[in-house]
Amino acid sequence: MDSALIPKGVKRCPTWQFALWIGAAGAVLLWGVFAMLLCWFKGLNQTNMNDSYGFALWIWADLAVIALGGGAFFTGFLRYIVGKDELKNIINYAVLIGFICYSSALLILAIDIGQPLRGWFIFWHANVHSMLTEVAFCLTCYFGVLTIEYVPLILENRQIDKVPFFHRLGHNMHEIMAVFAATGAFLSFFHQGSLGGVSGVLFGRPFGYREGIFIWPWTFFLFTWSAAACGPCFTILITKITEKITGKKLVKQNVIELLAKISGWMIGTYIIAKIIDTWYWAKVTAPEAGFNLMDFYSNNPFYGIWILVLEIVICGVVPAIILISEKGRKNPAALMTALILAVIGPCVNRWVMVLQVMAMPVLTFDNWVMYYPSWQEVATTILPVAYGVILISLSYRYLPIFPQEQELNPEA
Amino acid sequence: MKEEQNHEKAKRFGMVIDLDKCTGCGACMVACMSENNVPFKEDESKKLDSITWLRVYKLTNGKPFPDAEICYLPRPCQHCGGKGDHGHSPCVSVCPATATDYSNDTGIVSQIYTRCFGCRYCMAACPYHARYFNWWDPVWPDGMEKYLSPNVSVRMRGIVEKCSFCFHRYQIAMEKAHYEGRGELEENEYQTACTQACPANAITFGDLNNPGHAVHELKKDKNAFRLLERLQTNTKVYYISSREWVRRAGDNYLEKEKK
Repeated sequence: MDSALIPKGVKRCPTWQFALWIGAAGAVLLWGVFAMLLCWFKGLNQTNMNDSYGFALWIWADLAVIALGGGAFFTGFLRYIVGKDELKNIINYAVLIGFICYSSALLILAIDIGQPLRGWFIFWHANVHSMLTEVAFCLTCYFGVLTIEYVPLILENRQIDKVPFFHRLGHNMHEIMAVFAATGAFLSFFHQGSLGGVSGVLFGRPFGYREGIFIWPWTFFLFTWSAAACGPCFTILITKITEKITGKKLVKQNVIELLAKISGWMIGTYIIAKIIDTWYWAKVTAPEAGFNLMDFYSNNPFYGIWILVLEIVICGVVPAIILISEKGRKNPAALMTALILAVIGPCVNRWVMVLQVMAMPVLTFDNWVMYYPSWQEVATTILPVAYGVILISLSYRYLPIFPQEQELNPEA
Repeated sequence: MKEEQNHEKAKRFGMVIDLDKCTGCGACMVACMSENNVPFKEDESKKLDSITWLRVYKLTNGKPFPDAEICYLPRPCQHCGGKGDHGHSPCVSVCPATATDYSNDTGIVSQIYTRCFGCRYCMAACPYHARYFNWWDPVWPDGMEKYLSPNVSVRMRGIVEKCSFCFHRYQIAMEKAHYEGRGELEENEYQTACTQACPANAITFGDLNNPGHAVHELKKDKNAFRLLERLQTNTKVYYISSREWVRRAGDNYLEKEKK
């Protein structure tokens, strides 16, 4: 029925099967939209947030998807600025995943604020001292860049490409893509960093607070670094999942291995920096505020030292070792393990830098406060996943996302 | 502009609370809520989303009978001056929309309700839990809206609010002084509602910079301390207690420092 829209030389599932798939994802999406409307019309009393948890699941989700969406800017940087030409075979998908991550982040932010209609105040009454202001400006600009990077891909659709204007527009946009890739890398450095600065500057919250250079706490640099390191792993992981679902090889192994190798070295160097940061925080920064390291990880039912071990050793050191070694990259099981761990790593990091900061008492006569999200929070957090599935499915079906697909699947 | 308006020496309004006098009666909390039109819920049993600009904490020394001791600690907004007292208090510096501001004229941290868009970053920044979010629109029992203070605007759902040191009282007092051709206020012309409501006279309020005000001397008491001084929040609320365990409860200490 829709064969005229499907790229030439590739095979896609029957329309009914595709419609069923989209319908299932659409049902989840509608559930999320319903929860979103509840939050907008009835207010944030629909959540389980409270005065101890001003930041909770949504801010974590925001920070996590932005970190994982970092694959877009870093792969773009490697492809267009460093000149790793092989990566042209995965850059489209990295851009699409980044686009989904960033649009999701903006949507979640729009739900998360108490007065959504005043959201524009962050630009109009901007406080230059606030890390959130920097986040808002850079994030919005970078989303614009991602849109510009995604548009030429849409223009490559068989039917759209037939229109001479769109054909030329797409071609010309491709020609100047390096400029946008450089702009994206520049903007990403600042918004990934300022997201790290969000908790790093909280000098009233010793768990999150870090010293740094000028106005930037160390978390500023660590967040950028970890996003650049782990973002490509998320791109590869989603590629692998797509290959599994479609039953096709979509990207050549040498491309995957190249990106995985660079990611491995990035994770390795990041984790060394993270260990140094943790050591300095435990030995100098926290004691100056009157806290021992174990004060942060005891006397509560959830946050034990295990979470630090999980973040740094299991989801940091282990994937770095696997991805740096050629043997590890070539072993499918080891590669998949490393990718999953490398994706969990920044998620755990963002979790503690948001949720544990809120959970921990600072006043000596205060207590740890635990939190679990309401169904409305869960539904609105799953909403972007369903939206991502739908956008990926539509893009995969109708756009030439994977340049190597035809070559790798000649039977089609 | 700010400098031009500052005819007199900058003030630093603050409080000294004598914890040896506080009985924990809660009159300060009631006065605060009434004065500032603080909304309440039908069911106030869940305290984590209740709004209490001034909250009285109950502290214990953790010892069993007969050595057990209790202390009540009223905690308004601490009106932090931040490191070096430059006005970079934890909340002011993080607000992305400049909806909370530090006055260099009075040392008071303000909250602009109509500008706050409810991101709650300031709440995350405040180690004293002095900031509260309006999870609901205010609902007053029938007829009670007639008893609301006309000097303080009620707040809508979705924004943050906190103790203002009854700033509207300062504005009213300054208007009166201006009308009378005075640039300065007498100490008793500007007092917060909680200070006046305290039956034990535990709360003293005034200009910490003014040697003529009681707080100027009280803050120098050998038993005076501030909450979380190590964080360099530089608060304007001082506490006095003759009991060492109470003073120690004001801050965090490492194991070796406890001995």
